[in-house]
Amino acid sequence: MNQVANFTKGLLKENPVFVLLLGMCPTLGVTSTAVNGLGMGLATTFVLVCSNIVVSLVKNQIPDKVRIPSFIVIIASFVTIVELSMQAFVPALFESLGLFIPLIVVNCIVLGRAEGFASKNNVFSSTLDGLGMGLGFALALTILGSVREILGNGSFFGMRFMEGDAILIFVLAPGAFIVLGYLIALINKLRKTA
Amino acid sequence: MEYILILISAIFVSNIVLSQFLGICPFLGVSGKVSTSIGMGAAVLFVMTIATIVTWLIQHYILIPFGITFLQTIFFILVIAALVQMVELILKKVSPPLYQALGIFLPLITTNCAVLGIAIQTVAKDFALLPGVVFAIANAIGFSLAMIIFAGIREHLVLMKVPSGMKGVPIALVTAGILAMAFMGFSGLV
Repeated sequence: MNQVANFTKGLLKENPVFVLLLGMCPTLGVTSTAVNGLGMGLATTFVLVCSNIVVSLVKNQIPDKVRIPSFIVIIASFVTIVELSMQAFVPALFESLGLFIPLIVVNCIVLGRAEGFASKNNVFSSTLDGLGMGLGFALALTILGSVREILGNGSFFGMRFMEGDAILIFVLAPGAFIVLGYLIALINKLRKTA
Repeated sequence: MEYILILISAIFVSNIVLSQFLGICPFLGVSGKVSTSIGMGAAVLFVMTIATIVTWLIQHYILIPFGITFLQTIFFILVIAALVQMVELILKKVSPPLYQALGIFLPLITTNCAVLGIAIQTVAKDFALLPGVVFAIANAIGFSLAMIIFAGIREHLVLMKVPSGMKGVPIALVTAGILAMAFMGFSGLV
């Protein structure tokens, strides 16, 4: 039961984007389309799960004083792996996510989970925690990307469903702030009534 | 002329916060008061300039000659983290008043994606050292500008009647969206 909670808490109750408000830069920066949001979310999930596993495996070997730099090196290694693999296998997505892939390394969610959860728990719980948090992040980015793509581009996952121009402002920078603002307000409202 | 173009395009046209979405965490987190946002802006200016110089030198004298540019992310983040610690120690010793003013903001900057983002961009855009430094300074000024304007708005926002669900972060995000819209007016300037 406890393990199930480790997994599900990241999806809704402690959703990193909507509730904890972590990792705002990629959230706003890459979600001009649903595909970009999902791609970024999955890349972050991979880093999160791998770094959580490694951190929880080596937590007893790392002296307390150099804890944070060690975590950063572990995270940066996995980010480099993701960066190179994406460049090789999905070059189009790599191009559109651009700068934000190396910046996964400074995403507060990843370091936050390593420090806050993986360094205190066993491998299995840490894996589930990383997976839940990562998928919660991916879910939030996909929702945000979908809303922006539907309103701003008249399409969903690249499939156009309407003719003519949509409200372009939503795929541009201001749209990111405004849509996220209203989504968080909506979720606050739902959490209060639930 | 080249430097003026870099300055204008980085401060206004592609503002680091409002159009590139870097450094959103401090932008939302410490923008409650104008005075703290000035402190944060100064700390970012300081660290970003030094970090860009150091990472530029590492890229051109270590990573490229040895053909290990794929280690860029790991190298840069470690250097920036170490650098922030070092700057903190040096400031404490050399200039206590400056340390008093910037002290609390310095540790926050390590996880600020703006610093790493600008270091990577400076290298990716193939700037020479001097234009690279101007680019970093311009971006830091753009960050401070956005931050100070936003803090000014938020100081007034606390006095306004806001619907209960929109209080706090949601209304701040919508305000930032409108601010970003205003900055879009600069596009096409350069």
